[in-house]
Amino acid sequence: MREACDLVVVGAGPGGLAAACRAAEAGLDVLVLDAQPEPGGQVWRSEARKGANRLARRWLTRFAASGARFRPGARVVAAPEPGVLLVEEGSSSFAVRYGRAVLATGARERFLPFPGWTLPGVLGVSGLQVLVKDGLPIRGKRVVLAGTGPLLLAAAATIHAHGGEVLYIAEQASAASHWGFALQLWRHPAKLLQGALMSAALISVPTSTDAWVIAAEGEGRVESVRLSVRGREEQLRCDYLGAAYGLVPNLEVARLLGCETSAGAVVVNERLETRVPKVHAVGELLGIGGVDQALVTGELAGLVAAEQPIPVELERTWHRVRAFAAQLARHDAPRAELRRLATPDTLLCRCEDVPMSALEGCQNLREARLYARLGMGACQGRTCGTAAQTLFGWSGEDVRPPCLPARIGSLRLPSDVSSTHARES
Amino acid sequence: MREPASKATTRVTLRINGRAVTVPAGTSVAAALAMTDSFVSRADLSGRPRGPLCGMGVCFECRATIDGVPEVLMCLTPCREDQEVVTDA
Amino acid sequence: MSAFDCVIVGGGIVGAALADVLSADGMSVALVEARSIGAGTTACGMGHLVAMDDNAAELALTSWSVSLWRELADGLPRAVEYDACGTLWLAADDEEMAAVSAKVANYRAAGVRAEVLDSAALQEAEPALAPGLVGALRVVDDAVLYPPLAARTFALRAQARGARLMTGCPVRELRSGSVVLSNGEVLTARYIVLAAGVASPALCPGLPISPRKGHLLITRRGAPVVHHQLVELGYLKSAHGTDGASVAFNAQPRVTGQLLLGSSRQPGDATREVDAALLERMLKRAAMFLPGLDGLQALRVWTGLRPATPDGLPLLGPHPEKPWLWLACGHEGLGITTATGSARLVADQLLGRTSAIDARPYSPARFLTASSREVAHA
Ligand SMILES: Cc1cc2nc3c(=O)[nH]c(=O)nc-3n(C[C@H](O)[C@H](O)[C@H](O)COP(=O)(O)OP(=O)(O)OC[C@H]3O[C@@H](n4cnc5c(N)ncnc54)[C@H](O)[C@@H]3O)c2cc1C
Ligand SMILES: Cc1cc2nc3c(=O)[nH]c(=O)nc-3n(C[C@H](O)[C@H](O)[C@H](O)COP(=O)(O)OP(=O)(O)OC[C@H]3O[C@@H](n4cnc5c(N)ncnc54)[C@H](O)[C@@H]3O)c2cc1C
Ligand code: FES
Repeated sequence: MREACDLVVVGAGPGGLAAACRAAEAGLDVLVLDAQPEPGGQVWRSEARKGANRLARRWLTRFAASGARFRPGARVVAAPEPGVLLVEEGSSSFAVRYGRAVLATGARERFLPFPGWTLPGVLGVSGLQVLVKDGLPIRGKRVVLAGTGPLLLAAAATIHAHGGEVLYIAEQASAASHWGFALQLWRHPAKLLQGALMSAALISVPTSTDAWVIAAEGEGRVESVRLSVRGREEQLRCDYLGAAYGLVPNLEVARLLGCETSAGAVVVNERLETRVPKVHAVGELLGIGGVDQALVTGELAGLVAAEQPIPVELERTWHRVRAFAAQLARHDAPRAELRRLATPDTLLCRCEDVPMSALEGCQNLREARLYARLGMGACQGRTCGTAAQTLFGWSGEDVRPPCLPARIGSLRLPSDVSSTHARES
Repeated sequence: MREPASKATTRVTLRINGRAVTVPAGTSVAAALAMTDSFVSRADLSGRPRGPLCGMGVCFECRATIDGVPEVLMCLTPCREDQEVVTDA
Repeated sequence: MSAFDCVIVGGGIVGAALADVLSADGMSVALVEARSIGAGTTACGMGHLVAMDDNAAELALTSWSVSLWRELADGLPRAVEYDACGTLWLAADDEEMAAVSAKVANYRAAGVRAEVLDSAALQEAEPALAPGLVGALRVVDDAVLYPPLAARTFALRAQARGARLMTGCPVRELRSGSVVLSNGEVLTARYIVLAAGVASPALCPGLPISPRKGHLLITRRGAPVVHHQLVELGYLKSAHGTDGASVAFNAQPRVTGQLLLGSSRQPGDATREVDAALLERMLKRAAMFLPGLDGLQALRVWTGLRPATPDGLPLLGPHPEKPWLWLACGHEGLGITTATGSARLVADQLLGRTSAIDARPYSPARFLTASSREVAHA
């Protein structure tokens, strides 16, 4: 099967949707691909059905009317040549030939290992939030959340709204840095409002800065957690633990296409062009910046792709959201204590069951891969690679195809793609 | 932020490891897994239980065979009527 | 300045195996590696320990090396994944099957256990294979292992005997009796051995070694798909051409339940990128042999550069024009296998011992004498 389009958008979060809307409205033939079953990305998932969030509803409605085509459940797995993507969809696959591309693959949570983090019932902070939005029964369940930044409160609010009992919110940042950050929110009224609404709902939940999870314990699933709270240890019995420390961009597709990255983000120019011709990057790929950054950069890239003039106001907004992103990054940086929680038996790589002790003598990520199988499993190092970067300062390796595990059949080239480049022996 | 008033939502019934589970339409299979007794999606290499972690298709902890297709991620899959989910736990 | 009996430049499987043998012989050794032990071509190879009978010299070195690996096997850590699964050479037609009996005789004459499987026996041994294959040649003692850890095991054993292991140390220059590191440090030694694989000509211009790129694909863990290393006999026809890219079916069971799939050959290509069109040819060929291939889950595709010589045999011995420099390089697509034999041959020559096999076919002098220099450069 084959698809062709003027613009392919990878990722249907706020960034991808905004780009698709702007480009399709300007007359381009736009194809949007996303691994999720619905548009909305991480933050607006299930809004397509529920419609509770005004901003989400506005963009999803606009997207539906824009003329852009949407392929849900479509995972980009390879990029065999410039202008072609291979996509796996359920048990079939297809190739997309595109003129331009907007990469809007968003972010994932940063997990750091601690004893017990592999127990069922221990999830990411947003991971638990997402499952609750997707229908995980949480009413009456006891939940502990440990992490950092605004997402911690967002998750608590969702869990609370669905009837979950949030026992504790542990914010790893120091009080000084946290309140400094909160004060900065005055400069970002939209953020402040969001923050205030969340805090009101959670007013009764014990919350502490300088707090993090030391260990999760239980037989066959999490039953209790031990927290470090301002130097004291506390034990809480619970049904779920959400523990993750901020977000990191999903750079795999961008790096597969050959886009340059620096300091964990895709390098772009003012027109949001990556170093690869006709490929743009938006949203979290530019560095974690939240919905506002995703929307404004998405709009910009969509306009550039459609060769439309850029409204001055849009550029101004972009510079404003960048300032917020920089503050967020400082706030979310995991503190040193979090790097020392894992014991020699704690698994670092969850796919290949590689304990910390197996890394003895390894100097870098490549050695850890080659000698201890770190990152050699199904998630291709997405979880442990990010953790190893935080724990040891090891930076990532080249991305090799497929950028997600895929059936071999999905990597096969349609005849017109292979014939143009095939070399005869 | 309140839970939207429960409309007359359609419900679907699927089977997870042979057990019937009825959920509102739109529930993901990973979320439905929590309605069985265990929240276990697989066993690790030494047989210890694992459950979903990221909820967004990154960690691959939630893989299962769904309607005969192996290695499908439950967190990216909506529940459907008569769906057959088999975990390797 | 430090003084060693021997400085080995390059910590791939070949250099590491040599460090192991020399240190066991009581020599003081430095193993100097630009990056990490076993992280070069060694990390890209399939790890098939295979007796090959293209010519007498190849058969002698490979069959001896496979038996040396077998002797080592019990002492290797589990994680090296040594698995004596044997090889099945697959005959797709009667012509290929006809060649099998001659090969059996060849192998047996070299002391290698080999037997013929007819079509039915092949189907029973490997049910995942396409029906209709005429038969196979089974080479019993061939094995597979995980090359980078094998290299690391050799290096750590040498280190435990006092050898100096230097990683992250690129060598800048080779001199008579010393090597100069890129940081300016000079190591002196009685013998200098160049084992830098495909990078060897950069340190010793004029060596007849060129890259021959290969692609591999590995699947996710799962139930084993095949039980022997499977190679098409057509490999001998398709893979050994000296010009143009070629592919051949080559599938390996890993003890993890993964399937490692090869392979391609692109002479002269020194790039690392995956060539999608060539990968497609490789997968298409493999799917002819394994009809269920397209349904398997691919985890990763990568490439590696084989250090190829014009005649496919390694360069083992003193450089004829620089007698102070010893060569242990140019192992092409068989360096994992022949690392053990190569290490013995070079060690025996350094120590003036006679070897179990005749070392002359691998002598660098076959290319590097004044008269044959043009051939090497052609
Ligand atoms: C789990 C989670 C929860 C969050 N919750 C909140 C919140 O409550 N409030 C808030 O303000 N911010 C939240 N954020 C931050 C939020 O992600 C960003 O602000 C915003 O969504 C970024 O938009 P984006 O378009 O860059 O990426 P995303 O919204 O993350 O969208 C990226 C999309 O790309 C898809 N994708 C990735 N790789 C591929 C591929 N190879 N093939 C096909 N599709 C692919 C993903 O499935 C995803 O749908 C959350 C983030 C995460 C990760
Ligand atoms: C796709 C593929 C499949 C293969 N399959 C098999 C197989 O199944 N069986 C088999 O037997 N063989 C196989 N091979 C071949 C085998 O991998 C090689 O022959 C073998 O790894 C060569 O080992 P080496 O030690 O000579 O080279 P390398 O492993 O490349 O080691 C050379 C080392 O020298 C270092 N170096 C380079 N320059 C310097 C410098 N200036 N200073 C210091 N150090 C330096 C490098 O960093 C490197 O680590 C395969 C190869 C490929 C590409
Ligand atoms: S829970 Fe992580 S991939 Fe589904």
